[in-house]
Amino acid sequence: MPGSVPPAAAQAAGAAPAPLDLVLRVNGTEHRLTLDPRTTLLDALREHLHLTGSKKGCGLGQCGACTVLMDGKRVKACLSLAALVEGREITTIEGLAQGDQLHPLQAAFIERDAFQCGYCTPGQIMAGVACINEGHAGSPPEIRDWMSGNICRCGAYDHIVAAIQDAARVSQPARGG
Amino acid sequence: MHPFTIERPRDLNAALAFRAQAGRNDVSTEYIAGGTDMVQLLQEYVRRPEQLVSLAGLLDNRIEVGPQGLRLGAAATMAEVAAHPGVIEQFPVIFEALLNSASPQVRNQATMGGNLLQRTRCPYFRDVGYAACNKRAPGSGCSAIRGENRWHALLGTSENCIAANASDLAVALVALDASVEVRGTNGQRTVPLMELHRLPGDTPHIETVLEPDEVITAITVPANPVARRSHYLKVRDRASFEFAVVSAAVALEMDGGRIRQARVALGGVGTKPWRVSRVEAALAGASLDPAALRPAAVLAAEGARGRGHNDFKIELMQRVIVRAVETAGARA
Repeated sequence: MPGSVPPAAAQAAGAAPAPLDLVLRVNGTEHRLTLDPRTTLLDALREHLHLTGSKKGCGLGQCGACTVLMDGKRVKACLSLAALVEGREITTIEGLAQGDQLHPLQAAFIERDAFQCGYCTPGQIMAGVACINEGHAGSPPEIRDWMSGNICRCGAYDHIVAAIQDAARVSQPARGG
Repeated sequence: MHPFTIERPRDLNAALAFRAQAGRNDVSTEYIAGGTDMVQLLQEYVRRPEQLVSLAGLLDNRIEVGPQGLRLGAAATMAEVAAHPGVIEQFPVIFEALLNSASPQVRNQATMGGNLLQRTRCPYFRDVGYAACNKRAPGSGCSAIRGENRWHALLGTSENCIAANASDLAVALVALDASVEVRGTNGQRTVPLMELHRLPGDTPHIETVLEPDEVITAITVPANPVARRSHYLKVRDRASFEFAVVSAAVALEMDGGRIRQARVALGGVGTKPWRVSRVEAALAGASLDPAALRPAAVLAAEGARGRGHNDFKIELMQRVIVRAVETAGARA
């Protein structure tokens, strides 16, 4: 494909902007960071906080591998600039288990063998947790619709849906019926 | 991404001041709110501002349903609006348009104002590997007119641009006579949504009538008896998380088995959200029998010009109108 603006060249063309000082709240801990303003939340998590559970697939909001919770709601970390989420409570896959006690959906993914290569799994689990909390895990068609922001190239969808159904059943009492 | 600085002003006036001196074509300073479209375009080098001004926390995010109608703060997210009981009950076409947009994650991030100002999904616009795109590089030509144009518009096009507007929300809102409240350094004004987006003409890079220092602060939808019996039908290549091939927003007031008045707008076929007033007029008095609806739906295609791959939408848009009217009419 003809490249009128090769990204590498475009990046080199301008001087790096002055770094920003900011504080990110991740999994209950505050982190002081100095970042290039272009840093996405995903890159801040992976490259600066070394929380590499959140994965970079497309970097354009299409695959869902970077899904994290922000103030309890699922978002795509690749579509947020880190500088603009200061003060928000970020939960990543690393923050889901209680010590050695896996979250019910993590356990269900293992039980149901709901992955093959595993690359999309952290995003699937974070989106699945939100899907259950939102009350959108009532039936397989509903789960499929509400999990459509997460792609699995290995095609483990049937097992992912089953795992979310399992976890939704055990989570139901906690939701207050 | 091209290098940029980020400003996080304390209030809206301070944010507006950043673009007070900007010219019509000046994109060196841009606003960012939910960021879901902006960050994609930054990542792809389609937008290359030197400065981003954050609107986070500066705009109203309230959702109000009252006797006057509906008011949506510009910072309300798609998910918040789609979950509001008053919207679900009284404005089903808006609820359905939102729930059939994007993914659950993006709906938690994307705002009302940003949704209306999202850029086209034309693949040539979004790929800087193609030199010709009048929207991205004015005067460079259009790669889509003789290219892969299955996703492109047939109504409101010009020889310079055939990119379709991608917002489902805007189609629903335009059917309900919505307006946007905008604020700039010179004060506040109201713009009917029908007039917000411009036809591409000779200047497809200028997409709205907003002045450089103006931002959308709210959307208002007047109370109307048609709003309750409304429906958004979206025909697309996948069942979920996909843009419209053709969509229709329909709102009806019924008189027994006949239509008293109708509102119809189309998505996926226009360079802007496309209201079809002649179809609406022809639907008045019709029964919900598809055979009675068809002659009205035919009028939607008036002036439609296919460019090859998108020719099928001329027939499809008529069928989508018929089915959407049947569905809306059958609602209690």
